[in-house]
Amino acid sequence: MTSASAISITGLNKAFGDTSVLKDISLEIAPGERVVVIGPSGTGKSTLLRCLNFLDRPDAGVIRLGDLTVDAKTVSHADILALRRRTSFVFQNYALFANKTARENIMQALITVKGQSKADAYTRAAAILDETGLTKRADAYPAALSGGQQQRVGIGRAMALDADLMLFDEPTSALDPEWVGEVLDLMRRVAEKRQTMLIVTHEMQFAREIADRILFMSDGQIVEQGPPEQLLENPQDKRTKAFLRRVA
Amino acid sequence: MRALDLEYMWDLLPVLIGYIPLTLFMALIGMACALVLASFMAVERIFRVPVLDLFVRLFISFFRGTPLLVQLFLFYYGLPQVLSFLTSINGVTATIMGLTLHFSAYMAESIRAAILGVDRSQWEASQAVGMTQFQMMSQIILPQAARVAAPTLVNYFIDMIKGTSLAFTLGVTELMGATQKEAAGSFLYFEAFLVVAAIYWIIVEALAFVQRHLEIYLNKAHAR
Ligand SMILES: Nc1ncnc2c1ncn2[C@@H]1O[C@H](COP(=O)(O)OP(=O)(O)OP(=O)(O)O)[C@@H](O)[C@H]1O
Ligand SMILES: [Mg+2]
Repeated sequence: MTSASAISITGLNKAFGDTSVLKDISLEIAPGERVVVIGPSGTGKSTLLRCLNFLDRPDAGVIRLGDLTVDAKTVSHADILALRRRTSFVFQNYALFANKTARENIMQALITVKGQSKADAYTRAAAILDETGLTKRADAYPAALSGGQQQRVGIGRAMALDADLMLFDEPTSALDPEWVGEVLDLMRRVAEKRQTMLIVTHEMQFAREIADRILFMSDGQIVEQGPPEQLLENPQDKRTKAFLRRVA
Repeated sequence: MRALDLEYMWDLLPVLIGYIPLTLFMALIGMACALVLASFMAVERIFRVPVLDLFVRLFISFFRGTPLLVQLFLFYYGLPQVLSFLTSINGVTATIMGLTLHFSAYMAESIRAAILGVDRSQWEASQAVGMTQFQMMSQIILPQAARVAAPTLVNYFIDMIKGTSLAFTLGVTELMGATQKEAAGSFLYFEAFLVVAAIYWIIVEALAFVQRHLEIYLNKAHAR
């Protein structure tokens, strides 16, 4: 399945109190493009993703997603819902619905948000459980799942939404090392479908493999961007060089 | 000192048991109404709806700040004097109203605390998949808060069952009122009130049994 809508972000600004966290970010993402964001801690990577679905409310900026245009200055409640329904989010701490089983986590939004019948949602969830290798654990509650399984449910829940843009905020950072591989494998399979993805990660090898483009963020700005070989092998900005030296 | 009149107690038992349905009726209706009202007020207190918030806070403050008995008298004897359409509010209705309003004030506070205890990730995940606030509250947040609030709410229900005994001060012949009448006829006060105490006690113990099973049910998502 290929997402059809291009994404365009213009002049995105966000401050927490007096601290400016996003400084006039502009970014275009083509349909099917897989973009990875890297950068030091506290530079606004999470905030960028969270502003794109208004988990954090941007102070200014325009987000275009296909025919949907959302201006932070004039945004309505309906705009926010529409934006959230065309994006999906994978959280660092999984954030599964604690009172729902793995299967119900995947079905939940299909029924309540997309208005699908229970039977349709069940069929879709079964397919996703199969794809994420969770069929056997379908009726387990999150508390009974390993970190890797929980994050695979988290990705499955996001996949079910058929979003124009999937946002991943450090999906493997909270995992014990033993579970990182299975989650990255699942993300690779999502990427192979040319699903439009915006991924914050510290997994450089993974980024190099799947990214069409890597953005380096520092201090609330996109400092430098390019295809993985270019950005990782031949960075131009001294902040990029310093960061890559540290994580290499 | 005299011996207990056991035969009298034995004969009284079935008479008083006949009044249990009325007691449970008042407590159950009161509890159901209080739960709805308390959930509504708890959610309001979280979102702080302008103006409405002021009324809710005033309501909670008043009904927690005054005795249940005073509230019951206010409804039964006082209200009909100012609101003419209530000329004859019956004692059972006044009791249910009083219990509902009184306990909803307490329950609103424990439900609110339970809601605030639900992890932030649960709110964010609900928002991220595009749920409306109503869907988020009714399907994700309140069910999780219920698990935390359940033991406290059952305790309020127990208090409410015992609170129904105040209905006898409004002239309702319920469990307590019936006991009072029986005792006045026989002069065997100690026996009569011992029997009614045992009945309340057994009802509450039965409820504690239900409570344990309710908690197991509500905790099923958290078993490892
Ligand atoms: N809710 C908030 N209130 C106040 N400050 C915040 C809030 N959220 C984030 N910040 C601040 O904004 C800045 C950017 O945070 P953000 O989480 O976006 O960074 P990040 O690049 O994702 O970092 P990391 O790699 O550690 O996840 C940080 O200085 C952080 O302390
Ligand atoms: Mg972050």
